[in-house]
Amino acid sequence: MSKVILTLSQVNKTFDSQDYQVKAIDDMSFAVKTGKVTGLIGPDGAGKTTLMRLACGILTPDSGDFEVMGIDVTKEPLQVQSQIGYMPQRFGLYEDLTVQENLDLYADLQNVAKDKRQARYDELMHMTGMSPFTGRLAGKLSGGMKQKLGLACTLIRSPKLLLLDEPTVGVDPVSRRELWEIVYRQVQEQGMSVLLSTAYLDEAERCDEVVLLHEGKLIMQGDPKEFSQTVNGRVFQVTVENSKHRSLQQKLSQNPAVLDALIEGEGVRLVMTEQSEPKAEVLLPEMVKANRKINITAVAPRFEDAFIARLKNKENSKEHSIAKIQVSGSADDEVIRVEDLTRKFGDFTAVNKINFHVKRGEIFGLLGANGAGKSTAFRMLCGLLPVSSGKVAVAGMDLRVATASARRKIGYMAQKFSLYTDLSVKQNLKFFSSAYGLRKKAQQDRIDWALETFELQEYQDTNAGNLPLGYKQRLSFAAALMHEPEILFLDEPTSGVDPLARREFWQRTNALAEMGVTILVTTHFMDEANYCDRLVIMSKGKILASGTPLDMKNLARTESQPDPSMEDAFIYLIQEKEQPDGRE
Amino acid sequence: MAENKTSARNMRLMGMLRKEMWQIIRDPSSIAIAFVMPVVLLFMFGYGVSLDAKDIPVGIAVEQADIVTQSLSDSFEQSEFFKPSYYHSIQQAQQALEERKIDGIVWLRSNFSQNLQAGKQAPIEIIINGVDSNQANITMGYIQGVWQSWLIQFSSSRGIALNLPVNLEQRVWFNSALNSRLFLVPGVIAVIMTMIGSLLTAMVVAREWERGTMEALMVTPLSMKEMLAGKLIPYFILGMGSMFISVALAVWWFGVPLRGSFWVMVLVSSLFMMVSLLIGLLISIISKNQFVAGQTAIAASFLPAFLLSGFLFDINSMPTIIQGITYLIPARYFVAQLQTLFLAGNVWPVILSNAFALMVMLVVLAYWVSSKSRKTLE
Amino acid sequence: MNNQYFSQIFALALKEFLALFRDKRSRLILVFPPLLQILIFGFAATYDLDNVPIAIYNQDQGLVSREFISQFEGSETFEVIEYIKKDRDIAPLIDNKDVLLVLNIEPQFSDKLQQGKSAKVQVILDGRNSNTAMTAMNYIASMNLDFNQKWSAQHGATGPKVALEVRNWYNENLQSRWFILPGILGSLILVVILLVTALSVAREREAGTFDQLLVTPMNPTQILIGKAIPGIVIGLLESTLILIIIVKLFQIPIQGDIAALYLGLFLFLIAATGIGLVISAISLTQQQAVLGAFLFIVPAVVLSGFTTPIANMPDSVQLLTYINPLRYFLIILRGVFLEGNGFTLLFSQFWPMAIIGVVCLVFAGWLFRHRMY
Repeated sequence: MSKVILTLSQVNKTFDSQDYQVKAIDDMSFAVKTGKVTGLIGPDGAGKTTLMRLACGILTPDSGDFEVMGIDVTKEPLQVQSQIGYMPQRFGLYEDLTVQENLDLYADLQNVAKDKRQARYDELMHMTGMSPFTGRLAGKLSGGMKQKLGLACTLIRSPKLLLLDEPTVGVDPVSRRELWEIVYRQVQEQGMSVLLSTAYLDEAERCDEVVLLHEGKLIMQGDPKEFSQTVNGRVFQVTVENSKHRSLQQKLSQNPAVLDALIEGEGVRLVMTEQSEPKAEVLLPEMVKANRKINITAVAPRFEDAFIARLKNKENSKEHSIAKIQVSGSADDEVIRVEDLTRKFGDFTAVNKINFHVKRGEIFGLLGANGAGKSTAFRMLCGLLPVSSGKVAVAGMDLRVATASARRKIGYMAQKFSLYTDLSVKQNLKFFSSAYGLRKKAQQDRIDWALETFELQEYQDTNAGNLPLGYKQRLSFAAALMHEPEILFLDEPTSGVDPLARREFWQRTNALAEMGVTILVTTHFMDEANYCDRLVIMSKGKILASGTPLDMKNLARTESQPDPSMEDAFIYLIQEKEQPDGRE
Repeated sequence: MAENKTSARNMRLMGMLRKEMWQIIRDPSSIAIAFVMPVVLLFMFGYGVSLDAKDIPVGIAVEQADIVTQSLSDSFEQSEFFKPSYYHSIQQAQQALEERKIDGIVWLRSNFSQNLQAGKQAPIEIIINGVDSNQANITMGYIQGVWQSWLIQFSSSRGIALNLPVNLEQRVWFNSALNSRLFLVPGVIAVIMTMIGSLLTAMVVAREWERGTMEALMVTPLSMKEMLAGKLIPYFILGMGSMFISVALAVWWFGVPLRGSFWVMVLVSSLFMMVSLLIGLLISIISKNQFVAGQTAIAASFLPAFLLSGFLFDINSMPTIIQGITYLIPARYFVAQLQTLFLAGNVWPVILSNAFALMVMLVVLAYWVSSKSRKTLE
Repeated sequence: MNNQYFSQIFALALKEFLALFRDKRSRLILVFPPLLQILIFGFAATYDLDNVPIAIYNQDQGLVSREFISQFEGSETFEVIEYIKKDRDIAPLIDNKDVLLVLNIEPQFSDKLQQGKSAKVQVILDGRNSNTAMTAMNYIASMNLDFNQKWSAQHGATGPKVALEVRNWYNENLQSRWFILPGILGSLILVVILLVTALSVAREREAGTFDQLLVTPMNPTQILIGKAIPGIVIGLLESTLILIIIVKLFQIPIQGDIAALYLGLFLFLIAATGIGLVISAISLTQQQAVLGAFLFIVPAVVLSGFTTPIANMPDSVQLLTYINPLRYFLIILRGVFLEGNGFTLLFSQFWPMAIIGVVCLVFAGWLFRHRMY
């Protein structure tokens, strides 16, 4: 067997967008090794998806050679397609077909012999833990189940090369682990080669090799462990007793010697610009003066640290500040109150008697897998969905019947960054600011502010639909902030967005919270829970646990796991509190 | 090896067919389009579109009533086509006409009987609301009929044998009672099949694009031809199902005679159904999103088939350029075939020449569709 | 406060326009098809017969039959394409749709007439389109009437001298185009309005932006008005354009009060917009919205009196037409165009459309907040 399964040499691919040309792949050359798991990483617009599509022959390169398994994809796409498995970002499951029917369809399309099918089905269903659900409609499966079924469908005829495009986006941690187990098993047992792209850097870390792309160019290729070593001696953990980690992070990230500051656990993780032992007096002079107990320890670098260090440099990354928002009322006001909130759809209970409250200036997280009921709860809070029973009060009112002036206090960022795709960035901002009652000078000032703060000037006349995802997120966030709301509802604000953009986003959100803006946020990135003051974890319509991030982790702390991550805590809670079931 | 290839192809095709079948069964909208829509539309068109005037409200303005005017009024009263009302002055009658209460006026002036008896010219003045010119023509025809029979009857009562120089004898073939429903129903079936065919397929490919399933299909060994066949065959069966329902309704409910061969009807319908489905598929492939596909299907199917197929408006009477355009409307050929098959029988020259035209369209469309549907995302 | 109320509506309407017209394909679909269609359909849709192919089977040798035939040869309505000699030539000509009708003149036609007897002409018609057949028969009958009157006058007729003197009001020459063009205008505008409105909410629902709209301080009434404005404005502009085409190109004069016509148009647009928004608010997906629009447009056009009179429909179907705004609008169009009507005669057509419009709009507004998934 050949040592390389996929080779690119000087491949170029350009897309014509309505307003400008995008060089998705810019003179790229590299090879992917046989029998290994190779991770494609890079921020949005790096060219990951385009590369995958080129590899399976559904896009044709403008120039250059692209060989898969020794076959020229451009010339013989069908030959390649009959030997590979490809799982696109939105895998093509037919939601109105059952699990079994989906499997049958893909077995037919992949020409798997009838007599060999049953054994393979059994194996796959067993591996994915879906054996009890074969008769269920795919549309009725939870997000994680869908993804596992998608993977099963691509694996029916063990392909030589498996291409996975962001296979774990929107998948809960438990399913994520299971997905990876399946993939690694295929590699070990069948000698399959895997090329995957991912936004989770912990997943990249587990790959045999990573390929880092940026704006269509190859930045580096190599062993992730070696890659992590590039920031050796630059990563530290800082904790300060009795200090809010949010303000700590803000202070630290303003320090010129600090390249990146990330809230992690009870402290802040630092990546320094240069290899040097940071001194507390330099980093936090005021706190030293105040005689606070400061603890700085060097920690082993992770892949993410190296990734950030590679892509972020102090010169181009400005402080992502945000203009001041005036918020009235004291910090102890209860801004959001939810009592016994229930929502039923027919005989299905999407949200089952949940209770929580949020104080002014808090960041409150609603965590859970897809289909846990967090979006339904969220929609009820925003007044978009009538409640079946229970009470919801936002700023003392039910938003469903609230007056216009009450709703002016609310900012809302919808899932998937819903924007008017046919309108330009500026027109979107103009519309949303008008909808919130801004006019004339005040409106113009706010639009200028948004364009500048969110660095959207360059794209101001581009249609929102043609923006790269990271910019869509910024625009969507900007639109929610046009009227300087006191309360912000953010529904999956970081879904699908790369780590850099996520950092930027949280920096801004933290700043808002510091000003006293109350923020309710849903997310399925467990590490983001660290940014929350308090959170609830939801599953199957119920609250499994609520409290501070530390409370959650304490629940999962055991002797074998002395320092659990938020993800560990989540998995622990799920496994502890419920029996697995595939239904959404 | 060749055999292997064929069986692999068959397996993929069967897989696609099974998938489409499940989707059709689970999504009520295609079933509704195929089986509910033709019934609803056929009833609506069958009853809603009718050119048979009955009980036409006509005003008879009699300025001076006597036996003569009475006999004329009676003639109108006895006609099944008219529902007369009476006025004593022309002003009243005209006002009623303006208010759209009556469609026409038969005006007998005060000196009508007097002049008639004296052997002088005694004209009957007729005023018709000409807004709906077709209806006005029909009304006029009926009035002439009533007038002529009254004239003969009146003359013979006076002992005069009235001789009309030239007598027209009307013989209408295929539809002797001139029942408009008999010709409208076959035409309506053609219009309905145009809409159903293009609606069924217009959304289905666009839907695969929008839901992201197209990308997954493309990376399988499934060829584009197999995919298209997988889409066409199930919807073809559905479309033919709705065709049978329509024909059954036409024959058993609306009483349209089926004089031609049933099997010829099946053949020409299959041909037409393929053409309609391909048009839908083409719209779908080109537009790639349901918004534009839906709009185009509406704009391109209903009104053109309704107005340009010759089902209602005579194509020979259209200006030459427009006649040229009608050659591009597949419903044109199907209307001619259906009207002939239902009412006249297997008239081969009509059936074959139109079938040939549909064949040409089929080939062109098939080529167009397959050249437009390459296995690429671009 | 008030200013803000309207500026929010204005912003929403502006956004709707931008969403419709910034995309090239949707811009094309909204502007070109209606204009193209009014031209094509305007010329195509006519019941008037013109150059209809006929054949003549003259069994008579005399001169009178020649005179009789010459009427047809000189007519613009008919075109004699064949003179046949044998009985059995008739069937294939009609069967194959080569001719619409055959005039069969009996052997002793001239002799009989000259002897003062009645002569017979048989008209054999293709009844596959009975309306065309009947129209043709009417033409022939009136040509025959002329012939008879002339003959009687020349040869000293007996019997009562009762002739029919016919006047056709509003449309003296009975041009069916005058009747049909206003109907095409109404139908096309209905299609355009439904395309604009029926997808407007469904599209935002699928994109997720509708939630954002509902969360803003705008109330449902504002959203409703903002969403209704584009349909009405586009409808007004496109109708005006089509009206100009009808008057200038097709030369159909407007006899009545143009203000009444525009009031009717405005009310019709409100009603159509209301229906479109209801369809849109009910639909969860664009596919449903398209189907919904389709299922409304087809019956609305068929049951409007556009091509065939409402009076010919069964009573139960006639009842249905009362909830069809197109029905009223067509009466107004024809009333103003052809009958020269003004406000008073058309009043009974205005208020039903206003009611349909208001009911639908209120219902749509209610659905915005209550139709959830």
